[in-house]
Amino acid sequence: MDNALVATHHHTDETAVHEEHEHVVLPQHRHHFETEQQQREAGTFGMWLFLLTEIMFFGGLFFAYLLYRNWYHDAFVAASNQLSIPLGATNTAILIGSGFFMALGVWAAEVRKKGLLVLFLVITTVLGFAFLGIKYVEYHEKWEKHHIPGEHFDVSEFVNPQAYGLKEQPLAPDMAQKTQVFFSLYFAMTGMHALHMIIGIGLLFWLTWRAYRGEFSSGYVAPIENFGLYWHFVDIVWIFLFPLLYLINRHPGS
Amino acid sequence: MSTTTTTIVNLPDQRTATLPKRHYLNNEDGLLSWLFTGDHKRIAILYLISITFFFFIGGAFAGLIRLELLTPQPDLMASDTYNKMFSMHGIVMVFLFLVPSVPATLGNFLIPIMLGAKDLAFPKINLLSWYLYVAGGLFTLAALVLGGVDTGWTFTTPLSTHYLNTNVVTAATGIFIAGFASIFTGLNFIVTIHRMRAPGMTWFRMPLFVWANYAASILMVLGTPVVAISLVLVALERTVGIGVFDPTKGGDPLLFQHLFWFYSHPAVYIMILPGMGVISEVISTFSRKRVFGYTAVAFSSVAIALFGFFVWEHHMFIMGVSNYSALVFSLLTMLVAVPSAIKIFNWAFTLQKGSITFETPMIYAFAFMGLFVIGGMTGVFLGALGMDIHLTETYFIVAHFHYVMVGGMLMAFLAGIHFWWPKMTGRMYPESFSKLSAVTSFIGFNLTFMPQFILGYLGMPRRYHVYPPEFQVLNVLSTAGATVLGVGFLLPLLYLGWSLKYGAIAGDNPWQATGLEWQIQSPPITENFTEIPIVDHEAYDYDWLAHKTEQEVTTVG
Amino acid sequence: MHISPVLWQFLVKWLNASALFPREASTIAPYTDALYFFLLVITVVGLILVGALVFGFSIRYRAERHPVAIQVEGSTLLEATWTIIPLALFLVCFVWGALLYFRIYTPPTNAMNVYIVGKQWMWKAEHPGGQHEINALHVPTGRPVQLTMISQDVFHSFSVPDFRVKREVIPGRYSTVWFEATEPGTYHIFCTQYCGTQHSGMIGEVTVLTPEDYKKWTQESTSGMSLAQNGERLFASMGCNACHSGSAAARGPNLAGVYGSKLTLTNGSQVLVNDAYLRDAILNPSQHITAGFAPIMPTYQGQVSEDGLIDLVEYIKTLDTNYRVQQTLTTSESNQVAPKTPGMVKP
Repeated sequence: MDNALVATHHHTDETAVHEEHEHVVLPQHRHHFETEQQQREAGTFGMWLFLLTEIMFFGGLFFAYLLYRNWYHDAFVAASNQLSIPLGATNTAILIGSGFFMALGVWAAEVRKKGLLVLFLVITTVLGFAFLGIKYVEYHEKWEKHHIPGEHFDVSEFVNPQAYGLKEQPLAPDMAQKTQVFFSLYFAMTGMHALHMIIGIGLLFWLTWRAYRGEFSSGYVAPIENFGLYWHFVDIVWIFLFPLLYLINRHPGS
Repeated sequence: MSTTTTTIVNLPDQRTATLPKRHYLNNEDGLLSWLFTGDHKRIAILYLISITFFFFIGGAFAGLIRLELLTPQPDLMASDTYNKMFSMHGIVMVFLFLVPSVPATLGNFLIPIMLGAKDLAFPKINLLSWYLYVAGGLFTLAALVLGGVDTGWTFTTPLSTHYLNTNVVTAATGIFIAGFASIFTGLNFIVTIHRMRAPGMTWFRMPLFVWANYAASILMVLGTPVVAISLVLVALERTVGIGVFDPTKGGDPLLFQHLFWFYSHPAVYIMILPGMGVISEVISTFSRKRVFGYTAVAFSSVAIALFGFFVWEHHMFIMGVSNYSALVFSLLTMLVAVPSAIKIFNWAFTLQKGSITFETPMIYAFAFMGLFVIGGMTGVFLGALGMDIHLTETYFIVAHFHYVMVGGMLMAFLAGIHFWWPKMTGRMYPESFSKLSAVTSFIGFNLTFMPQFILGYLGMPRRYHVYPPEFQVLNVLSTAGATVLGVGFLLPLLYLGWSLKYGAIAGDNPWQATGLEWQIQSPPITENFTEIPIVDHEAYDYDWLAHKTEQEVTTVG
Repeated sequence: MHISPVLWQFLVKWLNASALFPREASTIAPYTDALYFFLLVITVVGLILVGALVFGFSIRYRAERHPVAIQVEGSTLLEATWTIIPLALFLVCFVWGALLYFRIYTPPTNAMNVYIVGKQWMWKAEHPGGQHEINALHVPTGRPVQLTMISQDVFHSFSVPDFRVKREVIPGRYSTVWFEATEPGTYHIFCTQYCGTQHSGMIGEVTVLTPEDYKKWTQESTSGMSLAQNGERLFASMGCNACHSGSAAARGPNLAGVYGSKLTLTNGSQVLVNDAYLRDAILNPSQHITAGFAPIMPTYQGQVSEDGLIDLVEYIKTLDTNYRVQQTLTTSESNQVAPKTPGMVKP
C-alpha cells in the first residue's frame, strides 16, 4: 500500500540494472526515462521537432518574399543592390566560423575536455557578437538613408539614382514605392534572424557558465549537442537569407 | 481482480473501494509544489483550472452577445462594445479554451499513462507550456482590461493594421505566447509517443485517444508558427509601419488571409481531433467492445491531419481567388470530410453486438455524434463552391462551426472529463445530476444554434450588432437556447466541485475499461506505475481484461 | 382559453415577419436553392441513418438484454461501403457546387455594368449614366446586371441574400458579381465582412423595378453627367491627353478601342484589357508598359480617388475615336483651361 516505499525500491532496482551493465548513472539522468539512451534520443528528437517549428516560422516569411519578388521584380532587384555584399559576405563567413567552433565545442564536450569546450563556446559567442555588430552597421546605414519602412521611408534614391552617384537604372515612381515591401521583408527576416541570434547568445552565456562549472565534462553532453543543432539552424537560415536578399540577380557591374 | 465474462459489466470494487493513501495529489503539499511541479498530472490539473476559468470568461461574452441580440435595436451596448464582445469571445474561446482543451488537460494527464511511461518526455517544457499559456492569457486579459480589442478573432488586415485603434498588439502578443504553449505541448506529445512507449506498446496497440492527439500534435507543431509569424507581421505593421500586408504600400492583404488560414484551418482539426479520440475511448468502454475497425479510425485521424493542411483556401472562396485554385480546394475539402464520416460509422458499429450501458460520458458521446454529423455535413454545404457564396459570412457559418466546436469538441471534452474524473480525483461524479446537465446542454445547444442555420440561409450576416426586425423571432429562440445551454455548462462546475469532497470513492477501474490508465490506482501515484508495464495485448482487449491477473500490470492501492 | 390581445398581436406580427426561407428574387436563386435542398436531404438522411444505428444498437444491445459483448474486429466490406458512398456523395456536391459557382461568378456578356465603391460604412453605386446612389441600388428586372466593385479602405463584402449572391469587396482590386433580378421589390444589401465599428450599419436596399419604371428612374435621377463624361474631363484636366492623343507621334499608346483588346507588353506577355487592367495601368504604369513605348508615365497612386478611377475606366471603355481627345488637346493647348471636376482630383 505504501507507494513511497515502492518507489524507493524501484529506484534501487533501476540503479541495480544499470550497474549490471556497468553504467554510471549520471546526476542529470531524469527519473522518468528508462535509460540514458532514451533520454538522449528524446532530447535530440525534440530539438529536431522544434527546429521544424522554426522552419515553418521562417517559411511564412520566405513565402511572402518569393511572392513579392515575383510581383515587384524590378524594385526587389534595385533595393537588393543597396545591400552591401562585402558586409553580408563577412557576416556569412563569421557565422560559418561560429558554427565551426560550435561543432568543435560539441566535440570537446564529447571527449570531455572542459577547457577546450569553454574556449570554443567563448569563441562562438564572440563571433555571434561580431555578426550582430556588423548587422547593426548595416541597419544604421539604412536608417540614415531613410530605407526603414514607415513614415520616413524615402524612395528618391531609387527614382533618381544619378543624383546619389549610383550607376543604376532609375525606377519608375510606382515601382520605386514597392522597394518598401522589400525593406519590410528585409527587416522582418533579418530581424527575426537576429532575434534568434540574441536568444542563442543568451543561451551560450548560460552554457558557458555551466561548462565552466564542469557539468558537461562527465559524458553528459545533451544540452551542448542540442544547442549546437539550434545554432547551426540559425546559421542555415542565414545561408538562405544571404543569397535571397543580397546576391540574386543584381545588376552586373554594380 | 480475475472476473468471469458474465460479471464484467458490473462495477466491481466500488462499494469496498478506498482512496489510496498516497497519490500524485497529496504526494507533496503547498502551492509551490504545484507551481514548480514537473508531474504531467499536476500540470494537467493546472491547465484544467485555467482553461475552465477562460471558458467561463468566454462564455460570459457569449451570454452578453446573445442578450444584446434579443432585440434588433442596439439597447444593451454600443456597436464598439459589441464588436469587442464578439472579438474577445472568439479570441478567448479559440486560443485559450478550444485549442488547449482536451490535449493540455486530458492529453497531458493520460498520454504518458496510456503509453506506460512515467511522465512526458520533457516535464520542464510541459510546465513552461502552462506558464506560457497563463502569460498569453494574462496578455489577453490585459487587452480586455485596457479597453478591449475589436478586430474579430481573425485579425483581418488592413482593418486590424490601419483602421482600428484598440489593443490589437497586446492581444496579438497574447495569442503569440499562447501559441508557443501549444507548440510545446504538441512537441512533448510527439516525442513521448515516439520514444517513451512501454515495452510491447507498438504503434497499433496504442489507444485511439493517443492516435488522435498525435495527429493534433503534428498540426500544432507545424501550423502554429505560421500564425505566429503572421501576427508578428501585423504587430510590426501597426507599430513600426512595415508594409507586407498594406495595399497602399504594395503589400497584399490577401496574403495575410492565406497565412492566417494556413494555421487556422488546421487549428480546427487541432480542436476536434483530440475530442474524437475521447469519443473512441468512451464508446468502446461503455459498449465493452473493441472499436470497430481500429486501424481505419487511427489512420483517419492522420488523414484528417494531412488533408487539413491543404484546405485553407475554402475560407476565401468569395475573396477573388483564382477559379482553378477554388476548384482544387473545394475538392480537397470534400475529401477531408470522408475520414470524419468513416469515424462516425465506425463508432456507430462499435455499438453493434456490444453490451451497452448509458453512463454520462456515453450520453455526451451520443450527443457528440448527433451534433457532429450536423456540424460536419453543414461543412459540406460550405465546401460546395456555389453554396458557399450564399452561406459564407452569415449565421450559417456561425452555426456550423459552433456545431463542430461546441457540439463536437465541448461535448467530447465534457465526456472525457466525466469519463476520467474518477481517475483524476479518485471520486465519482453524481450520476443523475450529470445526466441532467448532459441532456440540458444538448437541448439548449440545439435551441441556440439550429435557428442560426435558418437565419444564415435567410442571409443574416455574422458580427451584426443591429439587424433587420424580421430576424427577431429566430434570434429570440437562439437567446433562449443560450440560457438553457449556460445552465447546462454551469451545472458540471457545481457538482464536479461537490464531488471532490463528497463523491463516492471510485476505485481503480469503475468502468471496467481496458486502458492502462485504468489498471493503476485512482488517483495515480506520481510516477504512475510502480513498475513499467509490459504490454502484451491489443488496445480495447476486453478478454484480456477479463482474464488479467494481478501480475500483468502492477496495481498499487 | 384567453390570450391577451396585445400578446396575440405581437405573436402574429412576429410570425408574419419571420420567414424560414428567403425570397427567390434572381435567376440564380432557384439553382442555389436546388443544391441547398439536395444538401439538406443528404444531411437529414445521414442524420437519420446514424441516429437509427445508434438508437437501434442501443436498444438491441443494451447491457440488460445483451450482457456479454461479442468482439468484432471490423469489416473491410462495411468500412469500404461507408468510405465510398460518402465520397461519391461529396463528389456530387463538389461538382454541383462548382457548376453553380461558375454560373454565379461568370457574368453574361450582355450584362449592364454598375460600379460599387465600398467604404467605412456605406455603399456608393455609380451607374454609367451618371446616377449616383448611396446605400441603394436601382436595377431593372429581366436584365443581367454586373457589379464592378472596389473598396476604398478595408475588406467589405457585398451581399444580397434574396439574390443569393455575395462577393468580397477588396481594397486595391476590382471584384465582380452579377445577377438578374426577377421580381420587382426591395431587397436587403448587407456588408457581410466585418469592417469596423458600424459594420452592421453598412446596409442598403436594392430596388428592383420593371423595365419601364427603371427607365423612368434613370431619367429622373441622373446627375446630368455620365461617368464617361466625368472621365473625359478628368482625362483632360490631368493631362492624360497630352500623351494618349492617338496621333502617330504620341508618347503614350492610343486608347481608342483598347478596351477588350489584347495588348502585348514590353516584357512580351499578352494581356486582356479589362477594367482591372486599366485601373492598374493608371496606378502602376511601369508594370504595364505597352510594347514599343518608353516607361515614362508617372504613377497616379494617391492622386485619383476610386470614384475618379471609375470615371477614367468608364471613359476609356467608351472611347472609340480620338477625335474629341485631340479636340480637347487643342483647346487646352490654346490656354483654355479644361474644366475641373471638383472632388475628383485629390489636392
